[in-house]
Amino acid sequence: MKLHEYQAKQVFADAGIPTPASELASDVDGAVAAAEEIGYPVAIKAQVQVGGRGKAGGIKLVEDADEAREAADEILGMDLKGYHVDRVLVEEAVDFVNELYVGITMDRGEGKPVAMVSTKGGVNIEEVAEEDPDAIAREHIDPSFGMHAYQARKAVYDAGVDQSVARDVSNVLMTLYELWDARDGSDAEINPLMVTSDDEVIAADAVMNIDEDALFRQPELAEMEEEAAGGDELEQKADEYDFDYVRLDGNVGIIGNGAGLVMTTLDLVDHYGGEPANFLDVGGGAKAERIANALDMVFSDDNVDSVVFNIFGGITRGDEVARGINEALEQFDEIPKPVVVRLAGTNWEEGMEILNEDLVTVEQTLEDAVQRAVEYAGEVNE
Amino acid sequence: MSVLVDDDTRVVVQGITGGEGKFHAQQMMEYGTNVVAGAVPGKGGQEVEGVPVYDTVHEAVEEENADTSVIFVPPAFAGDAVFESLDADLDLAVAITEGIPTQDMARVNKRLSETDTRLIGPNCPGLITPGEAKLGILPGNIFAEGNVGLVSRSGTLTYQVVDSLTNRGIGQTTAIGIGGDPIIGTDFVDALELFEDDPDTDAIVMCGEIGGEDEEEAAAFIDDYVDTPVAGFIAGRTAPPGKRMGHAGAIVSGSGTGTAESKISALNDAGVPVGDTPEEVADHIEEFLA
Repeated sequence: MKLHEYQAKQVFADAGIPTPASELASDVDGAVAAAEEIGYPVAIKAQVQVGGRGKAGGIKLVEDADEAREAADEILGMDLKGYHVDRVLVEEAVDFVNELYVGITMDRGEGKPVAMVSTKGGVNIEEVAEEDPDAIAREHIDPSFGMHAYQARKAVYDAGVDQSVARDVSNVLMTLYELWDARDGSDAEINPLMVTSDDEVIAADAVMNIDEDALFRQPELAEMEEEAAGGDELEQKADEYDFDYVRLDGNVGIIGNGAGLVMTTLDLVDHYGGEPANFLDVGGGAKAERIANALDMVFSDDNVDSVVFNIFGGITRGDEVARGINEALEQFDEIPKPVVVRLAGTNWEEGMEILNEDLVTVEQTLEDAVQRAVEYAGEVNE
Repeated sequence: MSVLVDDDTRVVVQGITGGEGKFHAQQMMEYGTNVVAGAVPGKGGQEVEGVPVYDTVHEAVEEENADTSVIFVPPAFAGDAVFESLDADLDLAVAITEGIPTQDMARVNKRLSETDTRLIGPNCPGLITPGEAKLGILPGNIFAEGNVGLVSRSGTLTYQVVDSLTNRGIGQTTAIGIGGDPIIGTDFVDALELFEDDPDTDAIVMCGEIGGEDEEEAAAFIDDYVDTPVAGFIAGRTAPPGKRMGHAGAIVSGSGTGTAESKISALNDAGVPVGDTPEEVADHIEEFLA
């Protein structure tokens, strides 16, 4: 789960990390009023969860009320890389002399948190990591002890941060780790951490991603998640149904059980010349209703021309899956899109007996099922 | 022969009184697994399917000589359950639980390095030595006794590949599902080492997926150390960067690491053929064994 910038800034500010004065607005008048209150110049920033907002025209620096009105009018309601902008953060523009990067993430290779500091802030840090890895100082943290102050200092000195702000940057890094640890962060980043001519440090952006598996013990953040929800309509629907779902560009709808098997089904669709429309994992032990929900999801996607169902039961049972498919399809006078079903594993034979074969095409193997679905999708497009 | 598990393995099921724990304890016993105890706080003294339940794993070790645990404990408590099996000094702990917070696993991982216990999982289907014992939720009927070792990050993909092998009359020594989470106990390198050292394993299947760099590390290890022929499969070639495909670990980062392409080319460079489909993986194994 990813917090919006304004939410992450609030969390950081509450923990004592300096942030610029800012206010959230959802209409033009509100944005102008906020700008007047904060005092010009201000930045008007689209609150959507995509990278590269500035380049895409989602962040504008304004000097007066006319400019603020114009910018807010332009940004509110715009479509930014597929996301509708319905809120902006109006923020004090910080006059800076330097931009740093500080961040905490989980190093999965090491199985440990890692703190990172770089003097190359303000740009895409992933590019820096790729092109000039030495420009990022890294310090691994023992998760059973947490970050020691000396580790924060070491990372800051290793990165070459100027002596005049080293202490403040260390403090920000310590606080960021404590937040990351206490809030079950997966990533916590400030990029840029601005340095002013008065040697103050200010978090000009804020990224906080939370481990979804830990939301049960982060009730405040779980509430923010509801507020943060947005974006793709189908992905919202998937959230309601609690599916792992990713929308893709193709026209072959894919439903399966288990992440690895669903990914493999996508790859096979591609292998046989088709294009996957989505990744949809119903998970383990899905009952009939969940299977029907999955079909509803895929039918709701206008791009889908055919559907392939690939179930290899272990904990999931073929008879439950067959019941769900029947339930979902029997409500239609005409099936909206051809459905190909392949059942294997636990209770597949019982499933095959239950499955209404007037409504679907049955294939015995994964390869045959995928090829058939690709064929159907191709026919629609001819 | 087998690695890690056989019919002498003495299993304690943590969470045996829950729905899944009970069902799969029964399934494991039907398969022939030697389930000697359950461990559930507050449920000591009960019996489930004829198996005595203890309040703690330590008691199960003292009373029933349990040496291995299979963990069906809800995510919020599963990290603690793994700590308990480490503290009880078991040989092997298998964590089936899906959705354990990553920070809990980081702490488990640290403690693991200080003990002699081996951990499989979490978020895994478990492991099976066909004809002897299964630990976890794998459907026993698709496996067959034989000479191929299998290690996989994905449960259902394991079933798919095993099905292809068994249908051709190719059986398995042991199949290990290591789990798709970012932080897991036993990884590819550990499993490959076990299979390499097992005289009865004549070929190995390794099923990986996008995300992380474990497959690349495994490729380097194969190059240096593994003489047994290995065939690979990598799921997620069509995954777009930045999107998480179900498994917590299955995400291609924006900077191009963890892609299927980099994994496939690392494996190819180590002499490992990678199938485009599960059937092609079985083709390679058939060739190795011919």
